[in-house]
Amino acid sequence: MIRFHEVTARYPRATREALSGVSLSAAAGTLTAIVGPNGSGKSTLVRLLLRRMPRQAGRIEIASRPIETFDARDLARRVAVVPQRESAVFSLPVHEYVALGRYPHEGPWRAAMPRDVALVEQAMGDAGVADLAMRDILALSGGEWQRARIARALAQGGDALVLDEPTTFLDVGHEMAMFELFATLARSGRTVLVISHQLNLIARFAGVMVLLHEGRVAAAGPPHAVMQASTLERVYQWPLVVTRDPAVGAPTLVPLRGTRHSSGSLPLDGSEPRS
Amino acid sequence: MRATLWLGGLAILGALCVLAIALGPVPLGLREVRDGLLGVGDANAIAIVRSIRLPRLTLALIVGAALGMAGGALQGSLRNALAEPYLLGVSGGAAVGAVLAFGAGVRDASTIPIFACLGAGASVGAVLLIARAAGGRADPRVLIMAGVIMGAFANAVIMVVLANAPPNTVRGAVWWMMGSVADAGWPQIRWLSAYVLVGGALLLLMARDIDVLALGEEPAAALGLDVDRSARRIYLASSLLAAATVAAAGLIGFVGLMVPHIVRAFGVRRHRPIIAGAALVGAALLVAADLVARTAVPPAELPLGAVTALLGVPFFLLRIRKLA
Repeated sequence: MIRFHEVTARYPRATREALSGVSLSAAAGTLTAIVGPNGSGKSTLVRLLLRRMPRQAGRIEIASRPIETFDARDLARRVAVVPQRESAVFSLPVHEYVALGRYPHEGPWRAAMPRDVALVEQAMGDAGVADLAMRDILALSGGEWQRARIARALAQGGDALVLDEPTTFLDVGHEMAMFELFATLARSGRTVLVISHQLNLIARFAGVMVLLHEGRVAAAGPPHAVMQASTLERVYQWPLVVTRDPAVGAPTLVPLRGTRHSSGSLPLDGSEPRS
Repeated sequence: MRATLWLGGLAILGALCVLAIALGPVPLGLREVRDGLLGVGDANAIAIVRSIRLPRLTLALIVGAALGMAGGALQGSLRNALAEPYLLGVSGGAAVGAVLAFGAGVRDASTIPIFACLGAGASVGAVLLIARAAGGRADPRVLIMAGVIMGAFANAVIMVVLANAPPNTVRGAVWWMMGSVADAGWPQIRWLSAYVLVGGALLLLMARDIDVLALGEEPAAALGLDVDRSARRIYLASSLLAAATVAAAGLIGFVGLMVPHIVRAFGVRRHRPIIAGAALVGAALLVAADLVARTAVPPAELPLGAVTALLGVPFFLLRIRKLA
């Protein structure tokens, strides 16, 4: 339902391309995850999806329609995006903040309908911020703020949800609850595209994983195919092993103690032996 | 609760309006005020009410409302609680226009505003062009920088012109820069009110966009707002609203900065009520300030801009205490 085809993009005055010839797609009913080191181009994909930067080549399609044929609000009604960074400046109660998710459905003078109110309530419940409804967004903890932002995207409705590092700042319990929510949303037929550094959780929850490296797709496919030690070591430039988690059976990355190595050979000088 | 606030605000504004007509060198009673407004009774009282105090009051109402609305809209859309209506080059440009007119020997009270307005318009245009050339996007930081640059440039021009000008040119220019509603006349009020009605309606119409814009560029884009176009429209509408007030009443600082803070202090969070409330509070504040300006040390008049600044200082001192 969201498809990038041979997309190349470069930031103004940058010396290299942020993305070069990237093709990937996120299908309806699947939790698709994009992983990769810092600066590998993950957030650039989001910026392109928001049409906040030009692309030099390639196509981006939403439901088989080129992205530039959408009116901005129409696009927001179909695809809800939670960008990586957001800082609030003015006080706003959480419920009003979440209600801004209904903005693409509003007219300039249209008051909130009972349906909007119900969707906002449900979004707050799903994201676990119902009890924070009257709190000021400036007074939230990092994790609460993150959940309020996800609630806003849920209130936006639409068939697709794109989240850029949605569980940063969340503790284990809230992080698991979020991933369970994403999985449920995907099962209900929505397109869910998550950018994350939590490789082990992604490996357990995602149907498809896309590994980006220096603006290119280094590996893509089901988690067990992407979670290969040799690929991950080359991309993350860190000694590691991939095992099978004894409790849940998912491929699990274990980084070893050691030092960062540049590309090429992988001298392991860590104190932990490789099993 | 919300309705009570509005009614209270309107009642205070109404009381201030009655006081503004009653007080002055010739104090009038409530009955004389009423008769004067209706045009019956003592001819002197009618003249004082209808030709002097009412136009002055009306001008203060409109200018205060416009500055309040422009400030509320700009603070929200620039995501900066220190933004004010003059920020994007209005004050500097208007002052340069007026000072150049004074320097060229223009003394006609109806010509100076035209120059001021032209200067403000040119300056706002230049700020938007600089910001566009710098990044092509409506980034608040770039716009604020461009506004600061234009302000510095305008200051330099004013200093150069005034340094070599004869004393009464300097005096006229400085008085103008301090702001006043003393020269209010009905024709001027008519065009200004048309202008402010249109500008204010536009800002109220775009208020929901400001709510979204206040979240920041990327979240606003994610919600389907055409960020650059919408921001440009809001900057332009607010700045031109401010420019119109400058043409009518000169530079009156602090109102546009302070009023949105007062409105938010009452728990108002969305920008439609913020802008509407800022119109109400701005009007009340400027009527009160003008009342102080002309009755504090009779028969002299204090500069209106100085009075608003004197009101602003304790207000912001209190806010700082709350922040710390």
